[in-house]
Amino acid sequence: MSVARIDARFAQLKAENRAAFVSYIMAGDPDLDTSFDVLKGLVEAGADIIELGFPFSDPMAEGPIIQLAAERSLKNGTKMADVFALASRFRESDAETPLILMGYMNPVENMGYPAFAEACAKAGVDGVIIVDCPPEEAERLIDALDAADVALIRLITPTSDDNRLKTLVKRTKGFVYYVSVAGVTGVKEVNAEGIREAVAHVREVANLPVVVGFGIKTPERAAEVARIADGSVVGSVLVDAIAKSLLENSPSSTKVLETASLLAQAVRNARN
Amino acid sequence: MDDAILTNRYNMPDAKGRFGEFGGLYVPETLMPLVLELGEAWAQAKQDEAFWAEYHHLLKYFVGRPSPLYLAERLTEYFGGAKIYFKREELNHTGAHKINNCIGQILLARRMGRTRIIAETGAGQHGVASATVCAKFDLPCTVYMGALDVERQKPNVFRMQLMGTKVHPVTNGNGTLKDAMNEALRDWVTNVHDTYYMIGTAAGMHPYPEMVRDFQTIIGKETRQQILEAEGRLPDAVIACVGGGSNAIGMFHPFIDDESVKIVGVEAAGHGLDVYNGHAASLNGGRPGVLHGNRTYLLQDEDGQILEGHSISAGLDYPGIGPEHAHLFDTGRARYVYATDEEALEAFQLTSRLEGIIPALESSHAIARLGDLAKEVGKGGVVVLNLSGRGDKDIFTVAKALGQQMGNL
Repeated sequence: MSVARIDARFAQLKAENRAAFVSYIMAGDPDLDTSFDVLKGLVEAGADIIELGFPFSDPMAEGPIIQLAAERSLKNGTKMADVFALASRFRESDAETPLILMGYMNPVENMGYPAFAEACAKAGVDGVIIVDCPPEEAERLIDALDAADVALIRLITPTSDDNRLKTLVKRTKGFVYYVSVAGVTGVKEVNAEGIREAVAHVREVANLPVVVGFGIKTPERAAEVARIADGSVVGSVLVDAIAKSLLENSPSSTKVLETASLLAQAVRNARN
Repeated sequence: MDDAILTNRYNMPDAKGRFGEFGGLYVPETLMPLVLELGEAWAQAKQDEAFWAEYHHLLKYFVGRPSPLYLAERLTEYFGGAKIYFKREELNHTGAHKINNCIGQILLARRMGRTRIIAETGAGQHGVASATVCAKFDLPCTVYMGALDVERQKPNVFRMQLMGTKVHPVTNGNGTLKDAMNEALRDWVTNVHDTYYMIGTAAGMHPYPEMVRDFQTIIGKETRQQILEAEGRLPDAVIACVGGGSNAIGMFHPFIDDESVKIVGVEAAGHGLDVYNGHAASLNGGRPGVLHGNRTYLLQDEDGQILEGHSISAGLDYPGIGPEHAHLFDTGRARYVYATDEEALEAFQLTSRLEGIIPALESSHAIARLGDLAKEVGKGGVVVLNLSGRGDKDIFTVAKALGQQMGNL
């Protein structure tokens, strides 16, 4: 499946004339069983694609919310093997929702590229996003991922000019991820109208669906983005719901899934 | 013409910023255009005589270079081996080698039209040097500093504030240099349009390892000339402490092609290399990985998570090392040894007593291995130690470690 699972999902969304609701959570935050419940629940709540963060001690492109999630996960002892076990468990319960791993280079380097790629394929992971791996450093990783039929999804940013864009879309598959604001995750807020042209341009050059993330905090913003892009990515807001549930001592999955439902509905109804 | 000699000449990094298998450019995409632009701006500046003329003018009249090469007679006698010279980087304006790099980078930032400077600092020496050049060139400066380091380096925090710099304490992680660097990178990602990131060591993404090295090689170039004047020959060995490794690479680089010169780096062994997460010796106690934009040796656990490490010296308390040192380590051109907190403290006191020079705790690590090296080279030989910084900033830490009340008689 893998890359084909992503393609099938976007084909289906196109047929239904709606954008994807892409939801991000951190594996093992606050623990692996909760993560599993949340993953399953996210699909029921309307997630079309799931990004599963794997924790890193030094997440340099994350804002405070996802930094803290990584800290909680690591404090709880989450290992890469646990992340893959969680992915497998999810895949056993759901054969259709694309699952994308997202994180940083060093845990991947530490496993070795072929072992990482094989573990992805075995666990039913369809794509990966490595935040600190630009195309200049990605060739050998892409070779390994290609051999395992796993997509390397690229981040494209407001600072990417036309030349850069051409470099970025080489050897990428599935979809591309447009980072809507220059900054870390979960801090600034997207202006959907302001990125309309950029998203259209990226879609044309990449010839792939374009999802937008990094600044979507409310159902309203998620819906606005869903009108101009092929998907709205929400991460920090969901992760923050987990943080709040821990403070309130309420069940994490309930809180995060309530938030996810509202966002999913907004994205689903955006083009009606 | 012997082409073999030319082609064998050390010429790192390559166009992709690689020193063998180390270095490179591992940054989030938002930063890529900036970092590539920086690489181009640096490549141009490097070829510009006017750029270097201004750099050298400032080093002479603002920094006070050349720094002396000083024969440490009593330590020479004490160790009973080779003649020991100190390269007196601690006499530079701001008290350490860090200013050499900041002068170069502020000229580049100005050339690129950047209007805001950010920097990270551990011991505070790079922060002070950054604050200094920003005051001089009238550019706003924000320095990220781990909260723990703010606590243990208060005098430097106040120095920075006096010069108009905003010091931003970082509480994430353990509140040390690596966390400060993460936070500086987050600032840069957010303020890409006007901000110049002044990295303090010869590490991070290309072109920083090369650029910072090139600004610091003034140390080794002067040393070469001065030792030829003093002894009529090259030294048998050069030695320097290594955290990120900018003072060391500045001393080492001009001697890499001189096979007769032993090159020795000294890492911080903290509580000892056998204590898990208790040292900051990335080469002797770590393995290769990717952090802060480059592939290099890192302190990390079995799952690739970065360890905090430990050293009594805030300036060496970093879980990585510049990629060029990783390369020199792997090829064997340089040798890397280590000294514990305790050994550094002894060397700190010894140098204060015997030479009337209070060395930085960072430099004290190199001094701690100096006796071994002087004996190895032997009488009649010559060893140069890079005295990278002065120890005034460390007196509080040292007093505390020795269990002494400051000023008690």
